[in-house]
Amino acid sequence: MNMHASAKPGLSVNILTTAGTPANRETAASLPMRMTIKKVNFFYGTKQILFDINMGIADKRVTALIGPSGCGKSTLLRTLNRMHETVSSSRLEGEIQLDEQNILAQDVTSLRRRVGMVFQRPNPFPKSIFDNVAYGPRINGVKGSISDAVEKSLRHAALWEEVKDHLHKSAYELSGGQQQRLCIARALAVEPEVLLLDEPCSALDPISTAKIEELLVELKNLTTIAIVTHNMQQAARVSDFTAFLLTGQVIEFTPTPQLFTTPSDPRTEAYITGRFG
Amino acid sequence: MSTRLRWRKFLSNLMLTMTGLCALISVSALFFILGYLLFNGGTSINWAFFTQLPKPVGETGGGMANAILGSAKLLLAASLFGVPIGFLGGIYLAEFSESATASVVRYSADLLNGVPSIVIGIFAYSMVVLPFKHFSTLAGAFALGLMMIPITLRSTEEFLRSVPRNLREGAMALGASKTKTIASVIVPAAYRGILTAILLALARVAGETAPLLFTAFGNRFWAHGWLQPTASLPVMIFTYAVSPYDDWHRQAWAAGLVLLGLILIINIAARTILSRGIAVPRS
Repeated sequence: MNMHASAKPGLSVNILTTAGTPANRETAASLPMRMTIKKVNFFYGTKQILFDINMGIADKRVTALIGPSGCGKSTLLRTLNRMHETVSSSRLEGEIQLDEQNILAQDVTSLRRRVGMVFQRPNPFPKSIFDNVAYGPRINGVKGSISDAVEKSLRHAALWEEVKDHLHKSAYELSGGQQQRLCIARALAVEPEVLLLDEPCSALDPISTAKIEELLVELKNLTTIAIVTHNMQQAARVSDFTAFLLTGQVIEFTPTPQLFTTPSDPRTEAYITGRFG
Repeated sequence: MSTRLRWRKFLSNLMLTMTGLCALISVSALFFILGYLLFNGGTSINWAFFTQLPKPVGETGGGMANAILGSAKLLLAASLFGVPIGFLGGIYLAEFSESATASVVRYSADLLNGVPSIVIGIFAYSMVVLPFKHFSTLAGAFALGLMMIPITLRSTEEFLRSVPRNLREGAMALGASKTKTIASVIVPAAYRGILTAILLALARVAGETAPLLFTAFGNRFWAHGWLQPTASLPVMIFTYAVSPYDDWHRQAWAAGLVLLGLILIINIAARTILSRGIAVPRS
């Protein structure tokens, strides 16, 4: 793929460690960035969680955020649709852009329609399968047939065949893996431009995990994806770009194959070879 | 076996017996009351009890049709007054208030819940009976409704708070505003619990006598509309039980049984409603 070709090993050091370097611009130029994170510092109360983050989320690609527990990867993901604002003591400095517009200056509900999110644990609403998927289109007043939108989203989430005969059953009758795909379908139903996934497989068995990974690769034709995972193999399997975070900083941000084969920072290498984390 | 081990075994058995015994006592108190009521009420109850008005003093027979209807009207009006206030207040408390405001409101609600029901009765007397210049269904309902507010408020708050945070986030991540999230996800997820609590509050005030003594007062005839004094089952039980007539004692037992039946029906209704709908599984 062209983005891999464009990021030559020699340039990777620059891409990753510092933002705004020529190499970083080159990557951005060869591949449009849907979202750009600029000099983001993030605090819970007085405790700083993220330090001077600079990176991008490439359009129609899967970007993975990896790193040990507590490195701030989930926090970073949650700033992308401003879910961090649900914690009142949180404070964000810097700028996050979606299509060159600062998301921090936008209406938060319309932002979240454009940047959807799937959470660590499946969180279907206590409603039927149909009503779960229809929720977004209904509250956002989507034009056209709701049931068409539901079917389309369930098909995209590779769940349609399994549930089409009992759409009006409780969502809780589905297995954990099916529930998570239902949550993906629910997020897709509002046709988000970016889909954020916060460790979507950590509560699932290997077979369900494989299904969701397969799905993510399919979905990048449809939308831009950012995924947090504690599972390095998963990042290697599904993502095009990977950012390695450590203690609130982006240590390295490169095309995925490069990060896992020729990491430029010794800390990245130590992490991916399992020496810590 | 060492002495020490034998002592510990003995102590264990002793405590086990004691706890089991206490559990048995608490359950048997309930069954004793139920059995006594069923026996005395069951032998006294008849069709006339449900269909006829009380007979004049001295005549035997008659029934408490007016008290049954009166209790139903009181409970209906009390719910219409108390439930919306408690419910909406609970939503405010759980979702919108600052923690300082919330703790003041919560504390006040707990105090209100602890106010003796006779005091609630005096309050309703001065607020409703005196201005209207007569006892009424409305005044009784006001007193009962006032007692339902803190229970409804606190349980609404508790059940809304217990809705898992991830459901809230799920709705917000789909672009739902806070109001929309509350109305379309949080309240539906909590409504079974809230409804149960409301019905239990209703069942509790259904048996209240003191606040009705000088608000709804009592009536040996039908109470038309909402502004006349009305008979109610608890007050009838009180009046009849302390009377010197055997036939009235009999009817008081019957009324007790009917009141218990009413509360049972409310509980069954609650459970039936709960068994529909979709519950949030505990995780």
